[in-house]
Amino acid sequence: MEITNKFLINDVNLWYSDFQALNNINMDIPEHMITAFIGPSGCGKSTLIKSLNRMNDLVEGCKITGSILLDGENIYGDIDVNALRKRVGMVFQKPNPFPMSIYDNIAYGPRTHGIKSKFVLNEIVEKSLQDAAIWDETKDRLKKSALSLSGGQQQRLCIARALSVQPDVLLMDEPTSALDPISTGKIEELVLQLKKDYTIVIVTHNMQQATRISDNTGFFLLGELIEYGETQQIFSIPQDKRCEDYITGRFG
Amino acid sequence: MDKLKRKKPVDLILFLLTWLGIIITVSVLIFVVGYVVINGLPFIRPSLFAREFTTENQSLFPALVGTLMIVGLSLILAVPLGVFSAIYLVEYAKRGSRFVKIVRLTTETLAGIPSIVYGLFGFIFFGVFLGWGLSLMSGAFTTSIMILPLIMRTTEESLKSVPDTYREGSFGLGAGRLRTVARIVLPAATPGILAGVILAIGRIVGETAAIIFTLGNVARMPNNLFDTGRTLSAHMYALANEGTHPGEAHATAAVLLIVVLLINALSSWIARSITKDRG
Ligand SMILES: Nc1ncnc2c1ncn2[C@@H]1O[C@H](COP(=O)(O)OP(=O)(O)OP(=O)(O)O)[C@@H](O)[C@H]1O
Ligand SMILES: [Mg+2]
Repeated sequence: MEITNKFLINDVNLWYSDFQALNNINMDIPEHMITAFIGPSGCGKSTLIKSLNRMNDLVEGCKITGSILLDGENIYGDIDVNALRKRVGMVFQKPNPFPMSIYDNIAYGPRTHGIKSKFVLNEIVEKSLQDAAIWDETKDRLKKSALSLSGGQQQRLCIARALSVQPDVLLMDEPTSALDPISTGKIEELVLQLKKDYTIVIVTHNMQQATRISDNTGFFLLGELIEYGETQQIFSIPQDKRCEDYITGRFG
Repeated sequence: MDKLKRKKPVDLILFLLTWLGIIITVSVLIFVVGYVVINGLPFIRPSLFAREFTTENQSLFPALVGTLMIVGLSLILAVPLGVFSAIYLVEYAKRGSRFVKIVRLTTETLAGIPSIVYGLFGFIFFGVFLGWGLSLMSGAFTTSIMILPLIMRTTEESLKSVPDTYREGSFGLGAGRLRTVARIVLPAATPGILAGVILAIGRIVGETAAIIFTLGNVARMPNNLFDTGRTLSAHMYALANEGTHPGEAHATAAVLLIVVLLINALSSWIARSITKDRG
């Protein structure tokens, strides 16, 4: 199978006011693969993943140069940001279901994009919950508040919510860091399942997680991409000393 | 006593102070409510709710209608304005910008002005300058200016207390700012906003000085928005001032208390039905 690139990140620099958080990042993110971002705290992983769907626009004083092409189109050019975010969905570190029913949480996205038919919405809700492997746990309580779910269920609900608008890409910023090992396992399994339909970018602090699920891994340090390649390769024969120190836990 | 003995002296003192505070607060409340109810209830008769106020029958009905009119009108004016301004300040304006700071300072200052000053302003501006005289309109516009800062402040606080993660979740699905505010942020902030509205209602209902200056204090059913009238508080003030009808004054106080309780119950019922199955 030929590899096509979903994102082409070219010479990206990013500043929060005067502080430069990303330094000349160049990176290709291949389609239908799982790309992991690793690196010590504060190195810019979240910053980069958030610039892939322009969530950084919400941060005041955030400036970005360079270009990020999604299927060949510069997302920092003259585009509809809402349409971009529909195509590039996001799952956050802390599960953040809306304070409404499970059903309404999932239906919110499709409704936002103009779907009104009760019948279509029902189908989307069921399909999204099934794809996020949480249908069985929720099908009898769709009208109940989403906040009554456990943390792990809430995170899968958030994944279902992201899937509800049929994105191409799923960005996940430490999606399991607030969860117990069993919920984490379920989400990892789910991510591997989703890979065939979506391009996935995941930030993680968990080295085992990166090796378990990702195809490619990028190691970041102080706003720079130090090493990027196949996960197997990075974890078995890292080229850079700092990367080796980090993944073997000798960093610091 | 065993439990108390093991506590450190400081703990014990704090514990006693806390309880003392609670006991004093609750007993003051019970005393006031009890006093009003015991003195007022025997005088609550159907004739108190007669349509006309006469010297023989000091009906509080016109004042009750006046109160509800003033509260209603004033909320219609102040709530949308206050809520929309707060939405602008929190959701649209640049956070921490100069403009926001100036607006905030102004509202805080407005909130601290004594009500008699509002009364005088309302009398001069609405009553004399705009020629509305002593009327429901003058009264309602004046009280709405009085409660505007309160509504703005409480709305701002409740909007700010809505976690940013909700907003991110909504933007992340491709929703615009308007939809995010209307569908996610506002519903989550509604209980807080209603708490502010309840406080505002309390402030209007309890107002006398500004009301007498702008609505007047005539015991008559207002015929239209530009007619004068009175509110329950002003009615009580008049009765107590004359000193000839202490029973009716107490009865009015009891009715006022009931009205406030009813309004509060209604508001929290609204809050609950809005936030139902939201968790
Ligand atoms: N909104 C912001 N305003 C100013 N500086 C910021 C902002 N967000 C992040 N930064 C700074 O940018 C740098 C990169 O932050 P980022 O959140 O991308 O790190 P990270 O790699 O995701 O770290 P972590 O692993 O702790 O999540 C940090 O030094 C951080 O302090
Ligand atoms: Mg991060």
